[in-house]
Parts: sequence; structure tokens; C-alpha cells
Amino acid sequence: MTTASKQAPLLQVEDLTVQFPTPDGLITVVDRVSFTLDANRVLCIVGESGSGKSVTALSLVGLVQSRGGRISAGSVRFAGEELVGRAEKSLNTVRGRDIGFIFQEPMSSLNPAFTVGDQIAEVVRRHRKASRRHAWARAVEMLDRVGIASAAQRAKDYPHHFSGGMRQRVMIALALACDPKLLIADEPTTALDVTIQARTLELLKTLQREQDMGVLFITHDLGVVADIADDVVVMYASQVVEQAPVRELFRRPQHPYTAGLLAAMPQSALENNTPLVGIPGVVPQPHRLPSGCRFHPRCAHAQPGRCTTDPIQLRLLDRGLVRCVRAEELRDPSAAQAEPAPIEGVTAQ
Amino acid sequence: MTTTSESRVPKLRVEDLEVTFDVGRGRKLHAVDGVSFHVDEGETLGLVGESGSGKSTTGMAVLRLAEPTSGRVYLGDTEVTGLRSRQLRPLRKRMQIVFQDPYSSLDPSMTIGQQLDEPLKVHTSLSKAERRARVDEALDTVKLSRRYTSRYPNEFSGGQRQRIAIARAMILDPELVVCDEPVSALDVSTQSQIVNLLLGIQEQSRTSFLFIAHDLAVVRLVSARTAVMYLGQLVETGPSARVYDAPAHPYTAALNSAIPIPDPDRQRTRDRIVLGGDQPSPLTPPSGCRFRTRCPFAMEVCAEEAPPQYPIDGGGYAACHLHTHGPQLRGASVLPLIHGDHLTTPLVSR
Repeated sequence: MTTASKQAPLLQVEDLTVQFPTPDGLITVVDRVSFTLDANRVLCIVGESGSGKSVTALSLVGLVQSRGGRISAGSVRFAGEELVGRAEKSLNTVRGRDIGFIFQEPMSSLNPAFTVGDQIAEVVRRHRKASRRHAWARAVEMLDRVGIASAAQRAKDYPHHFSGGMRQRVMIALALACDPKLLIADEPTTALDVTIQARTLELLKTLQREQDMGVLFITHDLGVVADIADDVVVMYASQVVEQAPVRELFRRPQHPYTAGLLAAMPQSALENNTPLVGIPGVVPQPHRLPSGCRFHPRCAHAQPGRCTTDPIQLRLLDRGLVRCVRAEELRDPSAAQAEPAPIEGVTAQ
Repeated sequence: MTTTSESRVPKLRVEDLEVTFDVGRGRKLHAVDGVSFHVDEGETLGLVGESGSGKSTTGMAVLRLAEPTSGRVYLGDTEVTGLRSRQLRPLRKRMQIVFQDPYSSLDPSMTIGQQLDEPLKVHTSLSKAERRARVDEALDTVKLSRRYTSRYPNEFSGGQRQRIAIARAMILDPELVVCDEPVSALDVSTQSQIVNLLLGIQEQSRTSFLFIAHDLAVVRLVSARTAVMYLGQLVETGPSARVYDAPAHPYTAALNSAIPIPDPDRQRTRDRIVLGGDQPSPLTPPSGCRFRTRCPFAMEVCAEEAPPQYPIDGGGYAACHLHTHGPQLRGASVLPLIHGDHLTTPLVSR
């Protein structure tokens, strides 16, 4: 690491743009996304399928190329060092050592042919140049830390010997074995049962504090965000539409999409004893984006002209960023409620 | 509308249902083990549980899409379990299913119009024009444009496909629809649309619904009553509001507290039951109460005897020894125990 890493943020993403070739032409899946994550913080990127949140996470460490994607613009600086444009070999030393990963489906990330102990030890040996014996000891230690009972024994088991929740723990042990400074977790609890999810989140929070890690956590679930995040980035149709510290975001969502997502949660309806409010229509396809604000066809507050013509810029508002020209006006509840909601469910793709 | 039936007789009655799968080497897996419940006409019963609870198998067995090993299922006056496979055919008109995955439950080679027309062709003697009118009506019900009849499933989003699947299930005006995780694969914004759509359909039809889901909050919204399953058995039943607000079984309380509240301050300070351990294998369920290996209140009796269903204040039943042993709740909620001294294993809460 250079001396710059002392002051530089742990992760600084600027204007990141990722494109994929398709039969319909080149599509932009991540559109000038910027955010900063400091050490020891948890940043959640929340969005629905197709928002670009997962591609954002994968592209940070060069994992979109194998899927046909390309970073066409922007910068990703990890502890002050640029990652975009680095050779695969040099990225390999960063991945797994300084940056750990957890994915949604642990079974596809673990090799079924090796014991879990071997897989963790292998990573430790490669990145930490540890001896066979030390690497194995580290594997057992990590399995113990993520709460696998009789870890020394279980280290000799193969992935299929573990339940879904246990496999995700093994994945966490694997991701954290080299004491990474940054953990990227892409929907790590989505495939788990809720009771197992609750426990996995507790474990991640504990390990994050103990290891002073920065965590970039990708999720579609605002409930999970409320549980784990310090800061939140909301993505819609490849763009950041809102960014704010977690309490501000939930107390006063500034973008109608964020507010809509919150109101669409069954828990919100039950907590407030109100009917569930859906967001009408569907997420636009990346090759058929609406003009103006990309959310305007689904937004109850969209105004012709102002919201429908020119692209809307992300701008500073209070302690966050928002991509909505009407954000200030909509704070006045009388103005916000005066408008009728669009007709539900008739929007074609 | 539905055929004539006594409103006092439940539309669906399930008695002591058992479904066992032979998993080789003489081993048997009890996916569903002694489950009984009923659904009234026009009522929605939510069946909630995590993976491996047997909730989906229960739904399949009700429709005879999985073969019950023992027990009885009645749809109105018809005993579903007694019918031979040929006799089941007229029953298919009366009971329908909506699956979780709208991508695999629609035929990609048929237009939406054809898929909606198919059940009408098979089960009714309606003319082509009459069928066409019914298809249009069904699309209206699920708030999709009538123009969509000539399109194929791949032209639709997940939420739209689920609307089509619901239209197909409702088109014969069935007496019972089993919804097996109908919103689990959908995004939040779409999920809320489908939940609201189902609420609207419930109001307008006399159809009974068995709504199977893992999400207690969704079940609470769409179901008048809720039944909670764990490892093949019902652990708690009752009016949804009571089950949700005053759970009488520790598993229900844990399930509830595992759903994050979308409010950072409250979510991070509330008392929660975070369960330890994993769900045991259904091949070797624990003795006595099946939940005892993960229960923070487990007592000695829990390993010795299976708990009977105990009547709960505010309606329903819970199968838990806490009502008769230890704190002797006698039908009260387990929630106050979180703060009490009845914990036998430490509670993770923050």
C-alpha cells in the first residue's frame, strides 16, 4: 500500500459505468455510480432486480468481464489505489486477501470436491504464504468464529454435509480468513430462512466490529438495511436515486421511489396499520429507458415537462443526495397527497 | 359462483394428514405428520413455515399432487383422499394452484389467450365466443390489458406472469385455490401489487384460499387465520392478528422477531429471539417437542412428551408445554417470557 492509503477512504467509487453487449445493442447496466465507503462502516446498496446493484458490486473487483461486461468509464479506488484497468493477475492478489466476498448462493461458491477446511486453508496459503499447518489451524479458527460447533472435526467435511445456513457461515469464514479490510456481500442472506437470516446478520455485525472491516452490503430488503447499514445507496434503473445515512433515509426518504419501496413493505403496512401501497408498473428495461426521470412513469408525483423531458441530476439535499426535482416540494404532505396515483398494473413493458 | 354448499360446513377439511416419502435404505421421511385444519368458504388460511416445514407438501397433498400416506382431505362433501386418479379430474375444476415461480408455471409456447382458454375447453361446454368473454373477464380481474391475449409469457415481467397464473387459476371459478409462495420470487414493489390484487379477489369471490408462505408479515396481511408449521407439524393456529401480536408458541415468536422492522432505531433496540442451532433433519426428528432443540425455553418435559394442542386466549391453539408446565401460561402469549427468568438458554437480543 502507498502512503496515500492512510488518508484515502477505504473504497471510493466515482462515475462507475458498466456496459453489456446485447442483441439490442450496448446497454448501460451501471450508470455513473459514485459512493464512498470508510473503514469500519457498513454501506448498503438497495434496489430491486435489474437496478444494477449486483453488477456494481461485481465490477468493483473485475468480476463482470467474465460475464461479458465492461467498465466503460469511472474509477474504483481501494485504499487510494486504482483498481480499474489493473491486470487480472494483480487483481487476484487483492481479491480474497484485502477484499473478501460473500454471494447469495454459497453452494455455487464452494467447491464440492474439497473439504471446507481445505478450501479455507488454500486461500490462507495463497494470500498469506502460511505453512500448511498454520493455514489449517487458521481454517479451524475461522470456522469456530462463525459458530460452527466442533470446528476441528467439521473442517474435514465437504460442503454438501452442511445445511444452507451453515454453508453461508462457511462462506463467511472463507471470505474473512485473510482479515480483509473490505467485505463485499451480495445478497448474502436472501436464500436463507428468516430465522437463519437473523442469526447470519448478527454474526456479520459482530465480525465487522471485531475486524474493523468496511462492508459493502447489497440487498433488495429495506428491513435488512434497517438492521445493518450505516449509510444507504438506493439504486433504480442503473442509477443512484438517493443516498443518505440510514436514520435519515428511513425517517425522511427524499426520493418517491425510496418512499414507495418503504410503503410497499408488508411490515410497514402492519406497523402503521395502513393498507399496503404498491408501486404501479414495472422496472424499465435498460434498453428502453424512459426520458427524463427514469422513475417518472411509475411516480405518483411526476409532472409533465419537469420530470419527463431532461435527465435528472443527482444533487445534494440535507445530509444526502437525491435525484428528484420535486424533493423539497414533496416534503409538504398536503402537496404530496393532492395527486392521484396512476392506475395500477396497466403499464406494458 | 360456487356450487351449492352449506356455509357451516368448512370448504376444506384436512384431518390428521400424513405424507411420508421413502428415501431409500428403508428410511422414511415424514414431511407432513398429523396435520389437521379447515378453511371456511370465502376464507383465506395462511400456512407459514420455513424450508423443510412441510407447508408446500401439505398444499400439494390437499390437491392430491402429492399422495397422502394417511389422513383425510375433504373439499365440501367430497372426500379428496378417497378418489381414484380418474375421479380426480372433475375435482381439478374445483381446486386450483398458483405456484411460486411464474417463469416455469406458464407454457412458453402458448399465448396468454390459449393458456387461459385451455381450462375452459377441458372443463366447460362454453362456446368459443363465451370462452373468449371469460378470458377477457379473467384478464380484467387481474388488471391486465385484454390486448395481451396474443402475447407469449416471455414478453411479461415476473409480476405480470403471476397475474396471468392467478387469472388461469381463477378462470373456472374454483372453490379452493392453493397459493404456494405466490409472491416470494417477486420484488417488493411487485409483491405489494400482487398482495393487493389477491385481497381484491378475496373480497369479490366466494373462493377459499390456502395461502402458503414463509413470510409471516405477508401471511398476516392476506389471511384471516394463520397456521404455523415446524418440521412437519402444526405448532400454532389462530386468528392472524392474535398469532402475530400475541404468539403463544416460541417458534412463532422467533419467526416474527426474525422479520426486520423497517425502522433502524426500533430494529436495533427491540428484544428478539434469535434461534440457535439448525432445523433438525426430518429423517430423525427430536423426541417429544420437535422444536425443543432450538427453543430458548426448553424444559425436561419437552424431550419426553409431544406437547398437545392447547387452546389460546383470543382464539386458536398452540402445541407447547409452556402452557401447562414451567411458567404455566394457560393460553397466554409467550412474549412476556423474553424478559422473564424462564429462559433455559441465553437469548440473543440487542
